[in-house]
Amino acid sequence: MSILAAPMPSSALDQDWRKVLRWGVICGGTLIALCLVGMPVELDRREIIERYMSLGYLSVVLVPIVIGWVSASQVVLEGFESRKQGLFDLVTGLVVGVIGGGLLSLLMVALDSWNLRDPLVNWSPKLFRFLTYENGMGFGAGAWIVTCGVLGLAGASLHVMPRFARRIVGIVMIGLLSLSVLEAAVSDVSEGFGLEWLTDLIYAKKGGLTLTSTFVVGAVMAVVAALTDGRVKAVTNRYRDMEGVERQKASIILFAVVAVLCIVLPMFLGKIMNELLANVGLFLLLALGLNIVVGLAGLLDLGYVAFFAVGGYTTAVLTSPNSPWFAPELHFGFSLIFVVIFAIIVGLVIGAPVIRMRGDYLAIVTLGFGEIIRLLFMSDWLGPYFGGAQGITNVPGVDLGFATVKGTDPRSVFYLVLFFSVIAIYVSWRLQASRLGRAWMAIREDEQVAEAMGINTVSAKLMAFVVGAVLAAFSGAVLVAKVGSVFPTSFMILISIIILVVVIVGGMGNIAGVMVGSFVLIGVLGGPKQPGLLQEFQNFKLLIYGMLLVFMMLKRPEGLVPSARRSRELHQDEFLQDAWLKGDKPGIDDDGDAAPLLVGDGGGEEE
Amino acid sequence: MSLLEIKDLKITFGGLDALSGLNFHIDEGEIVSVIGPNGAGKTTFFNAISGLVTPTEGEILFEDESIVGLDPSTVTSLGIARTFQNVRLFPNMTILENVMVAQHCRTSQLIYGALLQTKAFKREEREIRERAIEVLEFFGHRLVGYRMDQPAFALSYANRRRLEIARAMATQPRLLLLDEPVAGMNPIETAELTALVGRLRSEWGFTIIMIEHDMKVVRDVSDRVVVLDHGVPIAQGSYDEVSTNPDVVEAYLGRPVEAN
Repeated sequence: MSILAAPMPSSALDQDWRKVLRWGVICGGTLIALCLVGMPVELDRREIIERYMSLGYLSVVLVPIVIGWVSASQVVLEGFESRKQGLFDLVTGLVVGVIGGGLLSLLMVALDSWNLRDPLVNWSPKLFRFLTYENGMGFGAGAWIVTCGVLGLAGASLHVMPRFARRIVGIVMIGLLSLSVLEAAVSDVSEGFGLEWLTDLIYAKKGGLTLTSTFVVGAVMAVVAALTDGRVKAVTNRYRDMEGVERQKASIILFAVVAVLCIVLPMFLGKIMNELLANVGLFLLLALGLNIVVGLAGLLDLGYVAFFAVGGYTTAVLTSPNSPWFAPELHFGFSLIFVVIFAIIVGLVIGAPVIRMRGDYLAIVTLGFGEIIRLLFMSDWLGPYFGGAQGITNVPGVDLGFATVKGTDPRSVFYLVLFFSVIAIYVSWRLQASRLGRAWMAIREDEQVAEAMGINTVSAKLMAFVVGAVLAAFSGAVLVAKVGSVFPTSFMILISIIILVVVIVGGMGNIAGVMVGSFVLIGVLGGPKQPGLLQEFQNFKLLIYGMLLVFMMLKRPEGLVPSARRSRELHQDEFLQDAWLKGDKPGIDDDGDAAPLLVGDGGGEEE
Repeated sequence: MSLLEIKDLKITFGGLDALSGLNFHIDEGEIVSVIGPNGAGKTTFFNAISGLVTPTEGEILFEDESIVGLDPSTVTSLGIARTFQNVRLFPNMTILENVMVAQHCRTSQLIYGALLQTKAFKREEREIRERAIEVLEFFGHRLVGYRMDQPAFALSYANRRRLEIARAMATQPRLLLLDEPVAGMNPIETAELTALVGRLRSEWGFTIIMIEHDMKVVRDVSDRVVVLDHGVPIAQGSYDEVSTNPDVVEAYLGRPVEAN
């Protein structure tokens, strides 16, 4: 294949100015939006590096770096000689940053001249003071234009650096960032290991890294990054290249390590981290159930929270002495049997009428049913049985004989959740590779043909609904035992949406993907009411969720850890191209004699 | 006794008679071709048999049992399988999975067996797999080997048609409905597939109804030909009888202008 050269700019100023302007406006727009959302002012209280940098300033400062980096990246095409990056890209980054800073200064002028506080809540003198460093307009504007320019330049310069330097800078930046932002979690973990002295050394008393510790920790990280250069990649590559028995052995070891970590680690973790892990587990359980319904069978169920509610209420009624109508005060383990039974019944009752609909109609109707269930529990009509808006309180924890699982002891809750999650993972894994799993996939692909091929689609879809319902009900049961009470407001529609986002962002149809999704979204960002690692961003959680979802849909629709099938589905053209390059010409039959005559349409339209 | 018998079949789509007054029968082991110009109602005829369309009037008897109004999946489990004119595979499932999933109605394991990995479950999975490979091997080396784990969309057009036939075979039917099996194939592939249709009967014992436009294929494989035009059967009989029938010639070529 001949090497084609990409068009070369004649000088550093021979820029594609339209593109530069576009990125500059994007940079400025992002900065302004961020300020008006109120993030910088609110997060200004939280110190990152004592006295020098607050989380508020950090959130602003990151924008030009990231956009400078993105604007200076070039599209590398196979078969094209890529342009060597240098001064040209630095100019791009610089100009983009300056335009962004300029637009931010315009915001400052506007803040000073008009009062738009009425629609824009964060249009405040506080924001003005934040932006001008309390030093007057001229200084503020100049400072921001210069800093944004420099930061844009810094972002672009990441492309110019040699790979080794880029790696070290990247690791140090990300390391320091996470160390400072995740201060609460780090202290919590170190306490469990008896390393308080270390955190006392690193962090200042009022929060944030001290200046000296920033440099020391940064240097340590740089050394570690330099030493491990290339090793991590070698190990993952070796694992990837393994085959057959060897691969199996490595996988078993990996699995064992993860299992031991899951069991041992919580013993060393403090309350905050255990609470967080328990929440991750609860949502993982829900997400695994939804993954069967949406990811495998392709039924977009937006009322999934209904089954969560059924599990919760069943447990509460059967175990709590405060249940208003019928209080047998059963043991949690015994009530689980009824949880399963009621989940199956409700799954069938909701599923039967709904299952004949397809696609969007199914989504809308399930959405309605999800709300109906919540409103029923809330209603005066069922109030005497389920307590209405007052809910059911005083649900006892799970008495295991040697220990009691309850909300005040998040570690025990985590183990309970872990137990159910393992069941859910096993169920998903086994069903995927079974007759039923294949039928679900066929229904997802083409329902009419699946039916013509002898699959009873109604019963197969109902089965998916019911399996999903049971897993969600388990999660509800554990939630109620953990919290000790149940209210209709715990089952808002938002939960259905967030679980769906977890499944989509993680990787639809893939167990590992769903696990990663719940760690990233619930663990790092936090659930609808549960705080995550980034506690400070609590108020902006839904905003971040939305942005993440849009970003993923545009850039990586198959999710963080996609199933092979799903990524093939979304990238059919690339798959066919790869197969072609490997010598397996999909468009052409491999019949020796007939091949030259054949013209196949390869990746043509499928009905 | 006829394997399939159709009496006075009528199908109306909002005032348009797609089929009317169709009488048809096929005996065990026969190969019958259904021909006719575009829009004659051939595919509707298939849809009616396989349960995708419910007849307005008339009777469809499969082994003397009425199958009118049954679900497509029930019809398939009774032993009627079909292919589609515009190939409709499960494009993102692998080739092996496409054939494995077609054995759904011949197998029975559900959640319980899969979760506990019972002996019965493992045996059934193994049998499904073996049978799938056996069916794929019928088409020579094209669909087996490394190909089995490729997604169906990666196949060439001709191989997709072959896979569709394989998928229909895997449902273990007695009656096989092939909707234009050689459409879009070149002469060499067409000849090969023609031979294959004959082997489907001799080696696998299928009774076959085939819709086809390629007259050479129709002549070579069919015992009997049925001609449809505007939803009405206009001729039946051997290929030679039908091809010289003036009504058939007229339906295909039109009526000569009569001078008066």
